[in-house]
Amino acid sequence: MTTVWITIALLTAGTVAIKALGPIALGGRTLPPRLSGVVARLAPSLLAALVVVDLFGGEDRTLVVDESAAGALAAAAALLARLPMIAAVVVAAVVTGVLRAV
Amino acid sequence: MSLLQVSDDELVPPPRDDPPLALGDGIRAGLPFALPTFAIGMSFGVLAEPVMGAWAAIAMSILVFGGAAQFASVTILAAGGSLASAVSAGLLINTRFLPMGLAVAPALRGGPLRRAAEGQTMVDASWAIANRGDGSFDRQLMIGATIPQAAAWWVGTAIGALGGALLGDPEALGLDAMFPAFYLALLAEEMRDRSMLSSALLGGAIALVLIPLAPPGIPVVAASLAALLGVRAR
Repeated sequence: MTTVWITIALLTAGTVAIKALGPIALGGRTLPPRLSGVVARLAPSLLAALVVVDLFGGEDRTLVVDESAAGALAAAAALLARLPMIAAVVVAAVVTGVLRAV
Repeated sequence: MSLLQVSDDELVPPPRDDPPLALGDGIRAGLPFALPTFAIGMSFGVLAEPVMGAWAAIAMSILVFGGAAQFASVTILAAGGSLASAVSAGLLINTRFLPMGLAVAPALRGGPLRRAAEGQTMVDASWAIANRGDGSFDRQLMIGATIPQAAAWWVGTAIGALGGALLGDPEALGLDAMFPAFYLALLAEEMRDRSMLSSALLGGAIALVLIPLAPPGIPVVAASLAALLGVRAR
């Protein structure tokens, strides 16, 4: 049980430090204008990677394709159809859940 | 929100005549993202309770406050992995907050301590919501949007951890698919500007290639290199 609490403590301290590093290092300075395009593209780059890792990342560095990929496709279709994000997220869960039940 | 006007001179950002945004705008912007965060928090509680007990699971959600890192650590502990590997896996996954923190830094206020504290409110959804798309961020939007995220994450974890036996298997319900769909919805918001598509595709490709090659967390951090497509030639 102590292992659990030490894990939580170290993970907390490390995460606080990581989140603090950028704001402290840069202070109030702004990035050079040449880099503003890079900063603007950071969100799409990271978010696409998070989608991919969540969908296809299995345990021990394996690539996995399961029912949740179909759920995500359905969510993408819902978003393209301009449905609200809540609908897209619910669609993903329902499609995935139904496919796993059959 | 109106569509961005396309001007001949791309280097000049469109004028911002809107009144400055307040914390309440951030809370409102973050509300739609509370439902998936609640459901995922519930899944985390269900998964973590047998591994660490309900109270540790709840404490972890309050203190660490980062879903992907928590799932990674708990999965390793559940499989009998070492403390060191559980901590390093979680921290690697949170390494993305380094570039994200650099990006949001100019929008924060005060001295180093206050900046560090404001940086703690950074979570994926609030950071993406606060992104104006021109390389700048809105501080009030980020801090405000984190409030519903925190409430949903903590309450979701508590319900999952304390009532997991009644909820059944989150995977059977497809709740795990909410996580990628949640990021997909945030990504769709970014796609208002088509020029972002190349970075999204490259970022996704980098992550996909690295999943079998690198430790968890690295594929996402490396994907930030796709943002370099936005560097401007002089």
